[in-house]
Amino acid sequence: MKYVDEYRDAADSQKMLAAIHQRVTREWTLMEVCGGQTHTLIKFGIDRMLPEQVQIVHGPGCPVCVTPLEMIDRAIAIARMPNVIFTSFGDMLRVPGSETDLLSVKAAGGDVRIVYSPLDAVRIAEQNPHREVVFFAVGFETTAPANAMAVWEAAHRGVLNFSMLVSHVLVPPAMEAILSAETNRVQGFLAAGHVCAIMGYHEYEPIAQKYRVPMVVTGFEPLDLLHGTLMLIEMLEDGRIGVENQYARAVRREGNTVAQQTVSQVFMAGERKWRGIGEIPASGLSLRPEYAAHDAELRFAVGTITADEPAECISGAIMQGHQKPHQCPAFGTRCTPERPLGAPMVSSEGACAAYYNYGRVLA
Amino acid sequence: MCLGVPGRIISIDESPVGMPMARVSFAGIVKEVCLAYTPEASVDDFVVVHVGFSISVIDEAEADRVFAYLREMNELGELEIPQPEATP
Repeated sequence: MKYVDEYRDAADSQKMLAAIHQRVTREWTLMEVCGGQTHTLIKFGIDRMLPEQVQIVHGPGCPVCVTPLEMIDRAIAIARMPNVIFTSFGDMLRVPGSETDLLSVKAAGGDVRIVYSPLDAVRIAEQNPHREVVFFAVGFETTAPANAMAVWEAAHRGVLNFSMLVSHVLVPPAMEAILSAETNRVQGFLAAGHVCAIMGYHEYEPIAQKYRVPMVVTGFEPLDLLHGTLMLIEMLEDGRIGVENQYARAVRREGNTVAQQTVSQVFMAGERKWRGIGEIPASGLSLRPEYAAHDAELRFAVGTITADEPAECISGAIMQGHQKPHQCPAFGTRCTPERPLGAPMVSSEGACAAYYNYGRVLA
Repeated sequence: MCLGVPGRIISIDESPVGMPMARVSFAGIVKEVCLAYTPEASVDDFVVVHVGFSISVIDEAEADRVFAYLREMNELGELEIPQPEATP
């Protein structure tokens, strides 16, 4: 597959790895903020091939994992309503709420459907005019344009039985939350390529300056991640701060301005709670008041649910780079993908699931 | 979640609702993709597709950059492949 296979070439990856080994002179802690990158790093064993001095920690880069418990509970409450068709991307279905999950609601007779695109949910609403169709809009900046278009289309075509439960999060405020913590140990970031394909990377430049850290916009294949790591280590070793772009085949500095316009027409930024981390100012997107008719939180009165995280789950410490998944006492015993305590063990992009599935149980 | 898959545009058509749609081939698997966010894309371009939307047109010259870097390093003879270390 063009633009995939060549970036998985073993010989080229070994060469890039050799360059990294030659360049490193001291210990560095890097963070990626993307579940897809976490997955590639662990699946291909890149974390184990890097020099011992280079440690990559996994930030809050999995939207499924940072969706707060009460939002899952709201989704479940809506999905249980008799006239509702609840639609979602597949990886939200097994995320545990405080009592159950969406897949169990489906098993108990609820009409819960997996869709590939939010536009599919709008189609379902058109085909079922007497049912309420709700789409669970979870994601980072990458997914926001698709979800914005679904709302825009429903509004403009008068699909009034379509609404959206929005739990969108933004990457730069989370990076700032990590960098500004007293306990921060992250010295450089691999910035997520597809988030930057939409937003560009100009908004990272002031963050890099403020916290004196280098960042490299990085792609998702093994060779991309090795190249991004090499670029970041070169910046660190040379004492350079700023933002460089490894993933230039898909990312321009200004991003996708057409998509940005649609997102800002439909959504507005606001405070958002991140599972395991807490409230972060201006870190989420909500529907603008003119799209209130399509806001599931206003349409179904379930907004007052609050819930506490399971005490044993350390996902917050993992997503801030303080601990690795296998350091959790429950890892692989009381918490497995089959019986998860927290979301990072459920999603295929969650750091805990990646460590579990690729044999880091005894690491 | 932010998975983006590169595919080649094999045809572009206007859907009844006016959104520009394309047929995109992912190594032979063809899907309908919304082109609203990459209106500049044309047939035979490779685009990155996320949840049914094209989000970026792949720049072929930039795509070669990593390989150009490796060729350059090879010519300088600077890349020695490290011996794999034993892992637990």
